[in-house]
Amino acid sequence: MTPLIQVQNMSKTYASEGVETKALSRADFQVEKGEFLSIMGPSGSGKSTLMQILGFLDHPTGGQYLFEGRDIADFSADELASTRNKKIGFVFQSFNLLPRTSVFENVELPLLYDQQPDGKNYDKVMAALRSVGMEHREKYLSNQLSGGEKQRVAIARALVNDPELIFADEPTGNLDSHSGLTVMKILQGLNNSGHTVILVTHETYTAEHAKRIIYIKDGQIVADDPVKNRRIAEGETELLK
Amino acid sequence: MTRSKIVASRRARRNCSNNFLMHILSPIKISYRYLMAAKFRSFLTILGIIIGVASVIIIMAMGRSAQALILDQVTGIGSNLLGVLPGASDEKSPPPAAMGIAVTTLKYGDLQALRNGRNVPEVIDAAGYVIGTATAVYNGTSLSASFEGTTASYINVENAAVATGRFFTKDEEMDMSRVAVLGENEAKDLFLGASPLGKVIKIKEENFTVIGVLKKRGSSGFGVTSQDDAIFVPLRTAQKILLGIDHLGFIRLKVSDAKFVPQAKAEVATTLREQHHITDPTNDDFSVRDMASAIEIITQITDVLRYFLLVIGAISLLVGGVGIMNIMLLAVSQRIREVGLRKAVGARDADVQVQFLIESVFISGLGGIIGILIGIAFSFLVATIMQYLQYTWPFIISWQSVAAATAVSVGIGIVFGIYPARKAAEISPMEALRYE
Repeated sequence: MTPLIQVQNMSKTYASEGVETKALSRADFQVEKGEFLSIMGPSGSGKSTLMQILGFLDHPTGGQYLFEGRDIADFSADELASTRNKKIGFVFQSFNLLPRTSVFENVELPLLYDQQPDGKNYDKVMAALRSVGMEHREKYLSNQLSGGEKQRVAIARALVNDPELIFADEPTGNLDSHSGLTVMKILQGLNNSGHTVILVTHETYTAEHAKRIIYIKDGQIVADDPVKNRRIAEGETELLK
Repeated sequence: MTRSKIVASRRARRNCSNNFLMHILSPIKISYRYLMAAKFRSFLTILGIIIGVASVIIIMAMGRSAQALILDQVTGIGSNLLGVLPGASDEKSPPPAAMGIAVTTLKYGDLQALRNGRNVPEVIDAAGYVIGTATAVYNGTSLSASFEGTTASYINVENAAVATGRFFTKDEEMDMSRVAVLGENEAKDLFLGASPLGKVIKIKEENFTVIGVLKKRGSSGFGVTSQDDAIFVPLRTAQKILLGIDHLGFIRLKVSDAKFVPQAKAEVATTLREQHHITDPTNDDFSVRDMASAIEIITQITDVLRYFLLVIGAISLLVGGVGIMNIMLLAVSQRIREVGLRKAVGARDADVQVQFLIESVFISGLGGIIGILIGIAFSFLVATIMQYLQYTWPFIISWQSVAAATAVSVGIGIVFGIYPARKAAEISPMEALRYE
């Protein structure tokens, strides 16, 4: 079976004002369907660059990135947009909900850009909200929510198109530990139900909720190990009580 | 209905709303929220559009009403009237008589020739005139009055009406009867409220019997003397007894329909050249004028004014458009993260561009609607005031002006929205990931 993601000798160089900065060099790894992977490294290590490329937001300047066996260099701009829409869900550190907009409309947003609408937006949005326990906040405006609630709505938005792959970029970074645990619990639940999850973080504690960790430093992958003592958010929530 | 049924029907309704509708509605909702969040700033933004659109509506409405007012005054005298003046003059300059030069080329025979249906078939009636001033005396009251010697056909040609008594007849005109018909103001001034009928007045020491008073007409628009201030006597009586001349001051012709005026003008000229044995039209010793040329001049003047005001309207629309471009550029720079997010969840460049275009069209369209309402209200106010002042000033709002104003405001939204929308579409989806 073709791996979901194949990265081959991939690098990324930024050129600004004549100065070249190597953000990523010679990365080589694969991600299978159903994995829960953490990309870990200090800030400025290139982990965000890696995620942006993996998430179709940026292009590598060298090497290859194959998604479901297809080189993304062959994707047109509209194809990239529609792949982001259908196959990828993003969860951001700063939530990125639309202000003055209801929870329902925020979650519905990706469906509005679906080029083959099926007329089931309401059911899909409500199902996504239910899976993060936010269905009772359907009509609230995004700015009326707490940070933890906002991130749960953002996860619902990432889920609404039932994507293959969910990227979570420091999803607990702006949350208190209790809300952070809730988010990790949801992400683990999503992985258990078959979604591939890629988590970007600089915290070992958060990274250890994944099944595998790629360590990155100065644009180089320095280690790629399975997690030996995986943390299960479900149990930790129990401990907090 | 049970609760579950209500929920089910609501779901059905929600599911019906297709994505196309949401693509239109969602940008409108967003820009409405942004407008409402900063009401005063939004008002300033669309003020230019409001002023521009309102002025277009007002100009179109008032221009038409003003023209209607002037045309009403002109047609009150008759747009189907032709005037024949002695002496050559071109259309645009005043006749020689106005310079105090007496030209004696127009004769009674010319009037008869013009009345002849074989020469000018479109002319249904004609009247000849001589005018002068004299002192009129009745019972010790004397006043300086202008008199008009005219033919019995005056009543018909000028659409005049008699208030009391009668106008003089063709017979009285031919046998030089000493009868007089008074304009209303003249009758009032001379008889101080008493009935003038059958009374004898003195004009230039000659006795005239008053046989009628004309109905008040008001301003005659283009007449030198108002009909209300004149004394009317038979043409030949005025020529022989009061003035001692045998030429005519001018002739007025009534054409069966205004649309035959140009044709009749040409035939009048031909007839008079024959009468006066003129072969070369540059030697004409008469001139023919019609109300149509007067109407044309007035229309030209009001049109120039209208276009001038339209240019001002267009300039304020342009300024309004720049205002919209400004606010849209501001919106784009304030919403970089939002655009990045939309792209991250699957918006194509075209989707972003369309969204911002719809927003700018919504803003300018909103300004347009407010402008149209203000324009209509203002025009209505002016019409009400003018009508209260007894002017013929109809309240005219043409659907064309409303359609044009709507199209212009939508067009401005598109034209001035394209650049900001392109800017928005250029935003990278990575912007959504940048931390604050």
